[in-house]
Amino acid sequence: MMRKLHRWPALIAAVFLTFLALSGAALSVFPAMDALSAPSVPSEQSVADLAAMARAAHPGLEQIRRAPSGKITVWWFDGNNPGSAVFDPVTGTDLGSADPNRIELWLTNFHRALFLDDTGRIVMAIAAAAMLLLAISGAVLVTQRVGGLRHWFDRQQGPFAARFHTQIARISVPILILSAVTALWMTGSTFDLLPSDEANPAFPNTVSTDGPLPPTEIPSLIATPLRDLRDLTFPADTSDVYTLTTGAGMSYIDQGTGAILAFDAPGPWTRINEWVYLLHTGQGAAVWGLILGVLVLSVPVLAVTGTISWAKGRRAPLRGMAKASQAQTIVLVGSEGGTTWGFATTFARALQAAGQSVHLAPLSSFAPQTYGAARQIVVMSATWGQGTAPTSAKGALARLATATPSVPLAVLGFGDNTFAQFCGYAVDFERIARDKGWQILLPMDQVNRQSAPDFNRWGRAFGQAIGVELELNHQPKAPHSLPLTLISRRDYGEDVQAPAAILRFAVPKSSFLDRILGRGFGRFQAGDLLGILPKGDTMARFYSLASGRKDGFVEIAIRKHPNGLCSGQLMALAEGETVCGFIRPNPEFHLDHSKAPMILIGAGTGIGPLAGFIRAQGARRPIHLWFGARHPDADLFYGSDMANWQQNQALSGLHTAFSRHGPKQYVQDALRQDAESVRQLIASGAKIMVCGGRDMAQGVRDALTEILSTSGLTAAQLKSQGRYCEDVY
Amino acid sequence: MQMKTLMAALVMTTAMTMPALAKPVTFSTTLSEYGGRGAYFSLYLTDAKGDFAGTVWLAGGKTKYHRHLTDWARLSGGVIDAATTTGASVGAGRNAQITIDVADALFDAGYTLHMDAAVEDMRDSPSEIELPLTSTASSVRGRRYIADFGYTF
Repeated sequence: MMRKLHRWPALIAAVFLTFLALSGAALSVFPAMDALSAPSVPSEQSVADLAAMARAAHPGLEQIRRAPSGKITVWWFDGNNPGSAVFDPVTGTDLGSADPNRIELWLTNFHRALFLDDTGRIVMAIAAAAMLLLAISGAVLVTQRVGGLRHWFDRQQGPFAARFHTQIARISVPILILSAVTALWMTGSTFDLLPSDEANPAFPNTVSTDGPLPPTEIPSLIATPLRDLRDLTFPADTSDVYTLTTGAGMSYIDQGTGAILAFDAPGPWTRINEWVYLLHTGQGAAVWGLILGVLVLSVPVLAVTGTISWAKGRRAPLRGMAKASQAQTIVLVGSEGGTTWGFATTFARALQAAGQSVHLAPLSSFAPQTYGAARQIVVMSATWGQGTAPTSAKGALARLATATPSVPLAVLGFGDNTFAQFCGYAVDFERIARDKGWQILLPMDQVNRQSAPDFNRWGRAFGQAIGVELELNHQPKAPHSLPLTLISRRDYGEDVQAPAAILRFAVPKSSFLDRILGRGFGRFQAGDLLGILPKGDTMARFYSLASGRKDGFVEIAIRKHPNGLCSGQLMALAEGETVCGFIRPNPEFHLDHSKAPMILIGAGTGIGPLAGFIRAQGARRPIHLWFGARHPDADLFYGSDMANWQQNQALSGLHTAFSRHGPKQYVQDALRQDAESVRQLIASGAKIMVCGGRDMAQGVRDALTEILSTSGLTAAQLKSQGRYCEDVY
Repeated sequence: MQMKTLMAALVMTTAMTMPALAKPVTFSTTLSEYGGRGAYFSLYLTDAKGDFAGTVWLAGGKTKYHRHLTDWARLSGGVIDAATTTGASVGAGRNAQITIDVADALFDAGYTLHMDAAVEDMRDSPSEIELPLTSTASSVRGRRYIADFGYTF
């Protein structure tokens, strides 16, 4: 519901909102320019002083106005021609033309009405209302996803566009809400939909007809400091009065006696209008205006990233899906990249084919009290990282912990059994459900590495449990792979009986759409994964990329595994030959954009992405590398580059450990040796990135825990701050 | 009450009025190139004593801005009635005109036409035009926003 409320107005209003935001941002510059050019007025200067000065310069003076920025404009009539100028209250001279700035006028007319008067105002007001709706629904979505307002600024997960969208929105959303509300308020005021209570003193019935007193002899003009002035209008003839407007209100002053004949203060609505105007335009609050202008530029960025993540995340809807309150089976999906959705959809379709009504939804929407007609709930979930919830399952465990058990539950986990936390999230989910007294329909099962047989086995068991024949024929969508041509290779490790190589492929041509959407080979960077489909197998093997699109090549470091099908084919690959591959984004193991120092720790082929990071960063930030290999003469990947990196300051510190040479140590031993410098780097805000085998990663974690034991920090804390990440295989 | 009567005498568009007692007058105004947004203006009539006698023409539809037509707002209290021709604001450099039937009794009887003008973010210009209503066509130049104003038969 909230998602729809966010998506559809956004797609429709995106163009208008982009225009509104760009013109608004451009307009925000003008108050600042006014403020910069506004004269600094001596604090003791009064309205009478200014009026005398202005009258000396322009004898036919008719009116003086002071803008919130402090800019003073005077109007006069010299007997034949009207004149106006911006006036300097310090020197008593004209500063330039008072004509409104053409560009500002044009932009304002565009911004508020698309040059279409009232019709345009209404269109823009609708756009502002759409922005308000988007900002609020977006804020609710973010709050739901991160699990409460307390976590508003927590680190985001997920694909780049979606993450970027949220990162920007959570900073700019308060300003966008404010801009939209004030815009609507101003439109309401323009269309007389709001009460009007401007100061409007009754014009006196009689005024003295004595010749006008000069402003310097009128007490209230002498008593009013210039900084309080808004407007002073001189009497047009002997029946007229001085009209003085200040922040306090408007008064008519007798031109003969100088007495105040009438005064009226504006009412609360006018005061609100003034604040609304200031908050929306920044007129009279230049710095605020600029802040507003910059933050409002987030709108086009949000429009683009929002559209991209919508286009990417679109999945084929389940046809004939029942409402949550009416479905017999509720299927809830915890998915990170979308693969689990594919399985869940296959399952839901099979159930429908068997005559069941099904509701398919993200696991984050878990709300058992609303499943009025449900006979069973099925949870299918992947696991993110070390057993945490995948994106579409955010907050589900918390809700499970407080929900009242209802109909029987079945849990199916998706994962990779080479990881320590295989299906960790699904395991947790089922354990908590059991603890809370939920009836379990059939024991939790696991689908290893998208195995179709695993899935079908579970499907048959599930069918038996509910008494329907169920055949799950899931064909995982094969990733769209492209042929990669090897352009060069560097071989290592023959001497230690562990052949390894750095392979460099040409970047395959990617379509325009891929480049725009940043998918496939259109955008990749060091730390992403290269999936290779070996000949004779449909199961891809993944390698961490040592290069990004900017490098102009696709590079990986590999080691030959005994009897390894894929590594064998790759090791045998000659220059000019090709393999099929595809990119899988791995945003969790990307460089961040900070300038904080980095500690890179890797062993063996784990050096790949780390080398990519060093290449990508240049000398932007201090990088310290701890690298473990077997022997300096055998498998020191990038050995020749490392000297260059140190020379051109791309690498500030290099620490190597060799397990079959010299003191024979592992990389974690080298870390322990350098404990003091590691501690210092971490204290100065360093980010740690680890890449390598599972045993090494565990060793490094243990070593860091030891090293940090005196500082009160732990690896887990660093991880939660986004300062510790691993790419482990 | 007095104003209503005058208004009825001023603008004769109802079937009850004798056509012979009124004649059509075309009021025409051209705005100068003052370099701002569309102008609001009001055309109204004062009698020989200088008292307000009725609003002929009001250009600019948003009542919240009518207070910037200061003299008119002061004299009329901001009231417009069925006899007033209303229309949109008029852009800089543009011409606008209306034709209405005016009672014979109002010509050469000391009545004066006034025009107040106002433009957003610029100076209000009350009584920019003052032109006696006579039985011969006449025109006058304005001071700030109105290049010229006149009436013909």
